[in-house]
Amino acid sequence: MNVRLRNPSRTVQVQGGRSVAKLLNELGLNRETVLVIRNGTLVPGDGFLEDSDEVELRPVISGGAA
Amino acid sequence: MKCRVCRGPAIIDVRRHNANFCVEHFIEQCERQVTKAIDAFSMIAPGERVLVAVSGGKDSLALWDLLHRLGHHAEGLYLGLGIGDYSDDSGVYARNFATARGLVLHEVDLRRDYGYDVPRAAAATRRVPCSACGLSKRHLFDEVARQGNFDVVATGHNLDDEAAVLFGNVLRWQTEYLARQMPVLPAGNGFPRKVKPLVRLSEREMAAYCIVTGIDYQVEECPMAAGNSHLGYKEALNIIEDRSPGTKHDFYFGFLDRAAEAFRQGLEQDATMLGRCRDCGAPTPSDRCAFCRLVERAGGRLPGTDGQGPDAGTDTPVVLGRRERP
Repeated sequence: MNVRLRNPSRTVQVQGGRSVAKLLNELGLNRETVLVIRNGTLVPGDGFLEDSDEVELRPVISGGAA
Repeated sequence: MKCRVCRGPAIIDVRRHNANFCVEHFIEQCERQVTKAIDAFSMIAPGERVLVAVSGGKDSLALWDLLHRLGHHAEGLYLGLGIGDYSDDSGVYARNFATARGLVLHEVDLRRDYGYDVPRAAAATRRVPCSACGLSKRHLFDEVARQGNFDVVATGHNLDDEAAVLFGNVLRWQTEYLARQMPVLPAGNGFPRKVKPLVRLSEREMAAYCIVTGIDYQVEECPMAAGNSHLGYKEALNIIEDRSPGTKHDFYFGFLDRAAEAFRQGLEQDATMLGRCRDCGAPTPSDRCAFCRLVERAGGRLPGTDGQGPDAGTDTPVVLGRRERP
């Protein structure tokens, strides 16, 4: 499946057929720091991702020190 | 996963509440948490005029949206910081949000109105950009609130922001900062009341709120914030939170419940010593406020002066808060 990443914006190919939680774990991403979006809709941790899915991993951590 | 409320399909899990929510009940949960924060800390009274500090990012736009939904009179203030394409894009998100909802957005542009920008100020002061940025924001939020007769300034600081700031202040025992770290700073000494209605909601929940309500926001990170210590504190806290959900909430609200009062006593004594800046009239402990000194060091100018700043003659200074949208 195509996975869009941010900061910087780019797209990578990742094998589907796994849950969101498993995908994040395999990519070493903390689930507190990212949301998974498929077709504009949030996918929860137990959501299953297919090979044909277009997915965005959107980081949620932001901000300067002020 | 099933929604805790209706048992329909959930779209998000909120682990510190051990709960999952569908779209409808997640929005209700966000509204409930903001209402709870406003009521618990007496942030906004019915009928008060609120100025929302809007950056174009998820937190400030979600805050503005939530306050509007909850029936508060909330106008926005966007500051153009002059950080290249990032600032240009952020302004577009803020304007589009306001236009789509028929809300009033005030704008101040550092380069146009004051003859400097954040990168120039950072270079002139030889400090990290977030320092000059934060100083400019705090001063101008106060200034526009005073001139516009707003009762309160609301900022989009969320639970992650507050926990990270607290973590950094504790690590270095910054007692003066600890005394000021409250969800509400009361009005006084020429300062408007400052409130943080999102303190009961996480950064992840705010991003999710924007997605499910269709708020288009600036996703890209500020290029000048990369690598700052604040983001490092957030990263450290999120590692702990992942292993022990609820830690950030307990850390921050435990501080408010059991430790903050001890630090506040010193703050109240300091507040009685403020005078007025000779240039802009803002409250300050010295004869010129930190903002006016920053503007001078960065080669800028104050609105209404003839302007010796680098952009003088090409830009027209405007009175704060005059530009409004729509």
